[in-house]
Amino acid sequence: MLAETLRWPGEHQRVLLEATLRHLELSLAALSVAVVVALPLGIALTRAPGAAGFVTGIANVLRTIPSLALLVLMLPLLGTGYLPAMVALTVYGVPAILLNTYAGVRSVDADIVDAARGQGLSDRQIIRRIEIPLALPVMFAGIRTAAVQIVAAATLAAFVGGGGLGELITAGMGTLDFPELLVGALAVAALAAATELLFAGLERGIAGRRRAS
Amino acid sequence: MIRLEGVTKRYPGVSRPAVDHLDLDIPEGTICVLIGPSGCGKTTSMRMVNRLIEPTAGRILVAGEDVSGTDPVRLRRTIGYVIQQVGLFPHMSVAENVATVPALLGWPKPRIAARVEEMLTLVGLEPREFLRRFPGELSGGQRQRVGVARALAADPPVMLMDEPFGAVDPIVRERLQSEFLAILRRLRKTIILVTHDIDEAIRMGDRLALMKDGLLMQYDTPDRILATPRDAFVAEFLGIDRGLKRLALVTAGEAAGPSPAPAGSPRIASVTTLRDALSILLTEGADAAAVVDADGASLGSLTLGAIRHRLAARADQSGAG
Repeated sequence: MLAETLRWPGEHQRVLLEATLRHLELSLAALSVAVVVALPLGIALTRAPGAAGFVTGIANVLRTIPSLALLVLMLPLLGTGYLPAMVALTVYGVPAILLNTYAGVRSVDADIVDAARGQGLSDRQIIRRIEIPLALPVMFAGIRTAAVQIVAAATLAAFVGGGGLGELITAGMGTLDFPELLVGALAVAALAAATELLFAGLERGIAGRRRAS
Repeated sequence: MIRLEGVTKRYPGVSRPAVDHLDLDIPEGTICVLIGPSGCGKTTSMRMVNRLIEPTAGRILVAGEDVSGTDPVRLRRTIGYVIQQVGLFPHMSVAENVATVPALLGWPKPRIAARVEEMLTLVGLEPREFLRRFPGELSGGQRQRVGVARALAADPPVMLMDEPFGAVDPIVRERLQSEFLAILRRLRKTIILVTHDIDEAIRMGDRLALMKDGLLMQYDTPDRILATPRDAFVAEFLGIDRGLKRLALVTAGEAAGPSPAPAGSPRIASVTTLRDALSILLTEGADAAAVVDADGASLGSLTLGAIRHRLAARADQSGAG
C-alpha cells in the first residue's frame, strides 16, 4: 500500500493539483475576509467599552464551536458548494484575529497613548501611528493562528461540497481507496505546516524590522 | 496667561468634587507648581487645561481664550505636555519623537530637522549621537530630556508638566531640575507643574498652589507661603523645617551686610544659601562669616543675627505679582 500511495500523486497529478489549488484559494479567501472584518472590528471595540464585553464574549463562544458543526450549520442557510464553505471558514477564523487585535491594542501602554493625545494626535492618528504599530505583533499572531485553523478546517469543506483536499479524503473513504485517502491527509498536514512556517517567518520579519528600525 | 475661574470637576457617583471651584491666575512667564497630597486634584486640574479632562463647571482661559471653544486636538498642539512616565513612542527614533508636534503642524521637513537638532542640543543631548536612537536605548534621565525636547519642539507658550522628575533617581533629578529650570526661564514659558515633592516645588516654582481634597488651600510665592502658612494643614505640609526651607531661597550674597567679618571667621561663597550658611556658622561655632565672591574677594559679612532678622522679616514682596 505504501508503494501505491507513493505512486498515487504521479498518476493523479491533475486531481491533486486542482484539489490543492482549490484548498488554498478557499483558505486564502476566507482568511482575507476574516482579516478585513476582524481587524477593524477589533480596533473599533477598543473605542466601545460597552460593546466590547458582549462581542468578545460571542467571539469566545464562536471559538468553541467545532469547525465541522460550523460548516454543517451553513447548509440550511446557504446550501452546498463554495460559498457556504467560504463563509463558514471565515466565521471560524474571525475570533482569533478579533480577540488578538482587541487585546493587542488594549495592551498598548496607557502612558504612551496619554502622551500622544496630550501632544495633539487625533484619535485616528493615535490608532494609525501609535496603537496599530505597537499592537502589530499581537495582531499578527492572531492572523497566524487563524490562517492555520482555516487551512486545517478547509479539509472539511468537502462535506458541504466546497472542494479542496478534503475531497480526496472523502472520496478515498467512500471507495476504500486508501492511497487516495492517505495522500489527501498528508497533503493537508503539509499545507497546514507550511502555513505555520510561512507565517512564523513573516512574524520574525516584522519583529526584525522593528528592532532594526 | 492661564486663568482658571471657578473650575470644578465632579465624577458621577462621587460626592466630593475632584476639583472644587478652583481659581488660579498664572501670569505669563511664571512657573506655577500645583502641589498637595495624592488625590488632592492637582493632576486633574492640570489635565483640564489641555482638555484631556473636561471640567463640570467653570472656565479656563489660555492667552485670553476660553479653551472650551477650541478644538481640543488643535489646542493640545499649542501646549507642551510632559508626563512622569515620559510616554516616548517606543517604535519611533528620538528624532521622530521630538518631531511629533512640528510634523502634526505640517512644518516643512528641513525646518523640522533643524528644529529637532536645536531642541536636542538645548536639553543637553548631542544630536549626532541621539537622533537615530530609540527610547529603549536611553537612560531614564535621557528619556526625560527627550520628553522635554518633544514638548518644546513647536515652541508652545504654555507647558504642562506632570511629575516630570518622578521617574529619575535623586542625583539625576536635581541636575535635571536646575537645567530645565534655566531653560524654561530663558524661554519665558508659562508652566503648570504638578508634583507632590515640596522641595521640588520650592526650587522650581514662582508660585505654589497648595491643594487638598479638591480645594485650593493657599496660592502664593514660595517665600510667602513658607513665611505665613494660612492654616495648620499648610504648615504641616510644608514641614517643621519650613523656616530652613525659606532660608534656602536666599543666598549669602543677598543677605550679607557691608561691615567686614571679624578676623578668623569662616569664609563662605556668596552663592551659598542661608540655610547652608547657617549650618556652617553652627558647625564652626562662629557668629559671623566672611562672604566672598567667586574670585575670593570679600563682599562683607553674614551674621547669625542677620539670618534671624531675615526669617523674622515679612515675606519678600518683590517676588509676588
